[in-house]
Amino acid sequence: MPSPPRVFPQATARARRSSGRYSLWRLLRAGLTGQRGWSQAWTKATPRPHYRVVIVGGGGHGLATAHYLATGHGITDVAVLERGAIGLGNVGRNTTIIRSNYFQPANIRFYEFSLKLWERLEHTLNFNMMVSQRGTLNLFHTEAQRDLFTRRANLMRLAGADAEALSREAVVKRVPLVDLDNGRFPVLGGFLQARGGTVRHDAVAWGYARAASEAGVDIVEHCEVTGLRQAGGRITGVETTHGFIGADTVCLAVAGHSSVLARMAGMELPLETHVLQAFVSEPLKPLINVVLTYGAGHFYINQSDKGGLVFGGAIDGYNTYGQRGTLPMVEEVTAAAVTLLPALARVKVLRQWGGVMDMTMDGSPIISRTPLEGLILNGGWCYGGFKAIPAGGFTTAHLIAHGQPHPLAAHLDLGRFAAGRTVDERGIGPAPWLH
Amino acid sequence: MLRIHCPWCGARDEIEFRYRGDAAVRRPAADAGQEAFVSYVYQRENPLGWHLEWWLHAGGCRRLLKVLRHTVTHEIRWVRTAEEGQESADSAGPA
Repeated sequence: MPSPPRVFPQATARARRSSGRYSLWRLLRAGLTGQRGWSQAWTKATPRPHYRVVIVGGGGHGLATAHYLATGHGITDVAVLERGAIGLGNVGRNTTIIRSNYFQPANIRFYEFSLKLWERLEHTLNFNMMVSQRGTLNLFHTEAQRDLFTRRANLMRLAGADAEALSREAVVKRVPLVDLDNGRFPVLGGFLQARGGTVRHDAVAWGYARAASEAGVDIVEHCEVTGLRQAGGRITGVETTHGFIGADTVCLAVAGHSSVLARMAGMELPLETHVLQAFVSEPLKPLINVVLTYGAGHFYINQSDKGGLVFGGAIDGYNTYGQRGTLPMVEEVTAAAVTLLPALARVKVLRQWGGVMDMTMDGSPIISRTPLEGLILNGGWCYGGFKAIPAGGFTTAHLIAHGQPHPLAAHLDLGRFAAGRTVDERGIGPAPWLH
Repeated sequence: MLRIHCPWCGARDEIEFRYRGDAAVRRPAADAGQEAFVSYVYQRENPLGWHLEWWLHAGGCRRLLKVLRHTVTHEIRWVRTAEEGQESADSAGPA
């Protein structure tokens, strides 16, 4: 539904103001003057009639793409159009986990590159994102699962990522709350990726928005794209709630709604939209110092720095654009929580919410050109888009700037489905609701 | 929680059912060519709105049902047996 046009404050590219460099010195100095003197982190831009690149979607991937276009390729004639406000979509709804423990070698390389970018991102962007490499610990409960995880760990180490096996004793030493001998799914051990962890997700959106804006990108909030204009098999711009904006290249970074936008160009995509729920408990004393996943169900949990337990499970399992979850999955997730960590049985859940995502036919994302010349797609992130933000933005910017896919993301093209080289991470086949 | 009115068993909670995906896709003729089969296997309309879909009543009569459901409100307009659903989809489409 198009939102009504809004009147923007008088801020254009020429009137762009820098928020200055953030440092401990500046924080202390501002502390002496009542924390005044901080300016807006990014300029609220009014759209110009034409850009070299228009990015639809001001989420993590859209903002990261804009940042790397401006700083890595010198393309600053860029607008990011966001229908709501920055940080209120999936970038602010996920469970904040970063890791590179994938199975397909091409995916390990891509996500490991992302993890390496995360490791220095706060310095790159001069923004505190609370990157915390507290480790991700995947538990296994059967011997077959141990063998599968061992194989994955070996593949990860071959690709240059880190993985180590933990015994039952090492698991319970790390997380004493784990019920190793629960009757149904006793824990046999775990695999730890020590470099995995969490990042404060709102800060990722804000940090990329600030850096992109400083580099000259226009970030336009409350501007919804309502149509894609084309001429002679080429994209020429986007229709928006603020009128037509011309563009040489348009990049869709609207995961969850990719099909809706692609239909404006007359395309169907190999994906379905599904909802994934997330939960936060009341704040507690420190209990869990890793990202812990349960191997006998789909459940993952970590503890935020405010003390709330952040956890989630699988997608609800049928097509929906409703950004809310339904109760059967609430029951399944909380049952898994209590099976693995019985001590949580009396903990209160404070909030529960849902985000909608592109679930692709092979469970892997899409960074690709499309049949419409000049239209680039960044989407299909399934439930794993957050950890991929730096690499997704980096490789999408490369594709826009060079017209050729970045080697790390070449396997994520749209053509893989017709060519029979799908990247089926879990070997499930074209049933997105099961991924 | 969805309440699905199974034509055989009556109204039941969604936990008795297994979702089986988009029911609007049709297997092309054997000689339809690669493009038609790629579209059949992979491409989905994925509408924001009314969606025709298969649900298997796994915890009940074990029949496959055809359901017309809205992907934002989750309202279910009708539930039919696979055969009936096929006829109505052939004649009028999902609207």
